[in-house]
Amino acid sequence: MVHWTAEEKQLIASVWGKVSVEECGAEALARLLIVYPWTQRFFSDFGNLSSPTAIIGNPKVRAHGKKVLTSFGDAIKNLENLKVTYSKLSELHCDKLHVDPENFRLLGDILIIVLAAHFTKDFTPACQATWQKLVGVVAHALAHKYH
Amino acid sequence: MLTGEDKKLIQQVWGKLGGAEEEVGAEALWRMFHSYPPTKTYFPHFDLSQGSDQIRGHGKKVVAALGNAIKNLDNLSQALSELSNLHAYNLRVDPPRFSLQFLSQCLQVVLATRLGKEYTPEVHSAVDKFMSAVAAVLAEKYR
Repeated sequence: MVHWTAEEKQLIASVWGKVSVEECGAEALARLLIVYPWTQRFFSDFGNLSSPTAIIGNPKVRAHGKKVLTSFGDAIKNLENLKVTYSKLSELHCDKLHVDPENFRLLGDILIIVLAAHFTKDFTPACQATWQKLVGVVAHALAHKYH
Repeated sequence: MLTGEDKKLIQQVWGKLGGAEEEVGAEALWRMFHSYPPTKTYFPHFDLSQGSDQIRGHGKKVVAALGNAIKNLDNLSQALSELSNLHAYNLRVDPPRFSLQFLSQCLQVVLATRLGKEYTPEVHSAVDKFMSAVAAVLAEKYR
């Protein structure tokens, strides 16, 4: 079980409270598809992903980004119980979606960069450290049911 | 790997640092030590407290090396050859892929905090590719 200090919980909550799940989610997913183009393999039915502009403007990317980050919000509400919270999602990503868990780490790192660009100097080293821990733990929980 | 457009973007981004390179290097290292404590194992001889002279000095070195690489994007292997030897035979940092991945992430976070919206997806992609290329060169001689 992962232990979260009061300070870490505070840093998570204060950042999350100021995040637009829709904007941030869309941006993070778009950047994943742009910076690591091979991840497009999971989204062949999303239509036009031919350029950064196309990806950023793609409504399916935006919608899916929002979905992903909303789910991330569930993790934040259940920090003490992540493996259980993500049990079904983990099975889904393994059995139906066939996503290599390495991609969760990539998305996590990208989310951090999106937050950094958004919050600029308020995204302090302490903030980053807490969020790197969070995305790591989320990625781990999502990979937990893989077999 | 790096397209002409990537190279242009990288040079532009570096140009925007306007003399703050040393701070950027120190901050990237500090964030790396803070977010990824195992990276500290390579610096047992350093004072790793925030703002230490050694972190500043080393950050400056790292950024100078990256700056040099950016001036020689068409020939990274040669530009980083000495550093490649150093990492492979002396420093033997665990596969650069891992440590540079952490340094790459932290450097990008520093750039993003300084550039905000200007750290566009295209710039992000170019810098990520560049750091990847640097890591590959530094790992060339490991075995």
